[in-house]
Amino acid sequence: MRTDEAQIAVGALAGGAGNGEGASGGNGPDGGDGMQWPAASGSVPPRAYVTGVTMGLGAVLMFFMALVSAYIVRKGMPNSGWIALPAMPRILWLNTLVLIASSVALAQARGRFRAGDSREFRRWWGAATILGLFFLAGQIIAWRELASSGVYLATNASGSFFYLFTAAHGLHLAGGLIALVWVLRLPTRRLTLGTATEVAAMFWHFMDGLWVFLFLLLMLVR
Amino acid sequence: MSAEAEVSARTQAARQHAAAGAPRGFVRKYIFSTDHKVIGIQYYALALAAVLVGVVLSIFMRLHLAWPALHLPFVSGGVMTPEQYEALLTMHGTIMVFFVLTTAPQGAFGNYFLPIQIGAPDMAFPRLNMLSFWITLVSFLCMISAFFVPGGAPLSGWTAYAPLSALGQVTGPGEGLGQTIWLVSIGVFCIAMLLGALNFISTTIDMRAPGMSLFRMPLTVWAWFVTAILSLLSFAVLLAAVVMLLLDRTAGTSFFVPAATVVSEQLQRHSGGSPLLWEHLFWFFGHPEVYIAILPGMGVTSHLLSTFSRKPVFGYKAMVWAICAIGLLGFLVWGHHMFVSGMSPYSAFAFSLLTLSIGVPSAIKTFNWLGTLWGGKLQFTTAMLFALGFVSIFVTGGLSGLFLAQPAVDSMLHATYYVVAHFHLIMGVAALFGIFAATYFWFPKMFGRMMNERLGKLHFWCTFVGAYLIFFPMHFVGLAGGIRRYADFTAVDYLWRLQPLQRFITWAAFATAAAQIFFLWNFFWSLRRGEKAPRNPWRATTLEWITASPPPHDNFAGNYPRVYRGPYEFSVPGTAEDFLMQDVPTGPEKGARE
Repeated sequence: MRTDEAQIAVGALAGGAGNGEGASGGNGPDGGDGMQWPAASGSVPPRAYVTGVTMGLGAVLMFFMALVSAYIVRKGMPNSGWIALPAMPRILWLNTLVLIASSVALAQARGRFRAGDSREFRRWWGAATILGLFFLAGQIIAWRELASSGVYLATNASGSFFYLFTAAHGLHLAGGLIALVWVLRLPTRRLTLGTATEVAAMFWHFMDGLWVFLFLLLMLVR
Repeated sequence: MSAEAEVSARTQAARQHAAAGAPRGFVRKYIFSTDHKVIGIQYYALALAAVLVGVVLSIFMRLHLAWPALHLPFVSGGVMTPEQYEALLTMHGTIMVFFVLTTAPQGAFGNYFLPIQIGAPDMAFPRLNMLSFWITLVSFLCMISAFFVPGGAPLSGWTAYAPLSALGQVTGPGEGLGQTIWLVSIGVFCIAMLLGALNFISTTIDMRAPGMSLFRMPLTVWAWFVTAILSLLSFAVLLAAVVMLLLDRTAGTSFFVPAATVVSEQLQRHSGGSPLLWEHLFWFFGHPEVYIAILPGMGVTSHLLSTFSRKPVFGYKAMVWAICAIGLLGFLVWGHHMFVSGMSPYSAFAFSLLTLSIGVPSAIKTFNWLGTLWGGKLQFTTAMLFALGFVSIFVTGGLSGLFLAQPAVDSMLHATYYVVAHFHLIMGVAALFGIFAATYFWFPKMFGRMMNERLGKLHFWCTFVGAYLIFFPMHFVGLAGGIRRYADFTAVDYLWRLQPLQRFITWAAFATAAAQIFFLWNFFWSLRRGEKAPRNPWRATTLEWITASPPPHDNFAGNYPRVYRGPYEFSVPGTAEDFLMQDVPTGPEKGARE
């Protein structure tokens, strides 16, 4: 019964419960006669969600790598008229720390979860979510800081890329926040196998790492 | 309870479950359906609508090319202006590449048959699958709406090269709102494709039936799988490029527009951007896109040649590795679209070498197809004829690719009709033959009725001969210097002398387009009146043929298969029939090692 519930939970998470809905009957042919195969019980194996999110992150990575290579090419062009940003908004350092802290909190939450302590799990998970919100708010402050120094989206190419990178990353992170809140709202018994927390955490840590990379890129390749 | 009774009780439960899961009511069953089979048919209908639009556009273009002074219906002002011609050209290319060649082979047939062929009840994420289709439809409607906005459809071709595509109304009538709509539509399309691709990949990796090891998957599944990986990696890059171009157009950034660009005596406010950057990003997507269109056709061809030769695929594993190699190399050759862009000759040399190396896996596939046919008991069904036609067109279109892959030769042939002939044969016609082969082959499974073979053969011969009559002479137009994308050759003496050839091509295009009526008639007539299809009319081996035609909601009515053997066990010595289906346990279990 445990596995069934977890499958429903993750099924609902990825919006793929077309089959999962029926699994609440819980009578799928999942016995030990060599025919053990989650799909045959009418629901999707949990590992499919891990695969799906991994593939989605692959696409996200390609998207950002396209932007990054455009950045490097555009900067290196002869006659590019490249003007480096006057100064990086200082709040970005704080934002970066906040996002890393958020990832640490999320890892803590997963640890509590594995230890079976659902109260502590929720506390840490909630902390990670709030830190994520702080990060997004901080990014908006960074935009305002940059704008107040006279750099707008179309002022020069380095500014364009700065806004583009932060906006694209922020949008993805906002999607991640929705997933974090969604997991928080699930009843504990539905999280039994932990696939929902696993895929949400995968996505979140990836966005964290991606931000650190983009921040270093903007700092070092000016 | 004995073990046997227990198993049958479970089967019973599974059947009840499957019946309970099936949606009721017209809307959930046929419109907002999460059933991969319904979604597959929806993609097919979308591609059919798109191909009709695309063909009509090309007929108008051919009419204008052959008789430039002709008064045409639906053309404002009667005689087509160069801008109107460019708009038709842009929309023809866009609709055909994105909404026909990308959606039909993968979205329609991949969606319908990948889950069944691996023994799964549905895709891994059915709701996501439904979402992909509806986003694709929104994208299509958005694209079509570009015809009806002020200024009309964009002019910049399906490649939307900057700065033409980046500067707005000043560069042409369709370059205002039309081009913006084009970019939004393509961006939305990218998202649909990415969601679809991750679904295909997860399904193939995690939803296979017990016993369905990777090397027991039909080659069609391999082709759809590799195509999905290409989609995932390439559409993400196109999406990034589209976002940047949209910003250049609407927010005044300068990613792709160089400094001091003057259009119609107006200095543009952009500075320092690089049009070459757009070309690189676009073709990093654009070249894999060619394989997204053609790989499923290769899979279908391998599948059909084996079935209708009653022989196993010659060199199954070599075929798998060749698909993978083509997929990988497809990402390393985009520069061959840009030989005349002023790139360093050393880069051109590298791109040329990598491009030529795609000839190796392509030749492996071709020779293995011939090896599959060799000594087989050939059955010339319509589906088989189209698969054979695919091989012919693939070789013809592929060979001209070897010439174009040489930077020195390409600098002569670039932007001529030689290139048009090349990519129409290899990407357009070959992929269409794959779609036709798949349609004639799987129609009985999809709709429970057989198509008419006599009409089908008539359709094949008209299309096969017609395709060569259109595109073979086009090579000569190109070799003689006929420039592509020009609306009118009247004023250019050496090009005007090619006019008889252009008219011949136009007549051939009319005839071939008209012959498609045989197909449409056959398709819609057979839907209602066709002979009832049995489970396995072609005596084929893969899992879609063990279930009813058409299959029930969960594909197998609760009797989920277990796989005991590879996908192409035809004419196995010592068996009663000349084929062994994948779920037949008798005989030695072969190919179990992964």
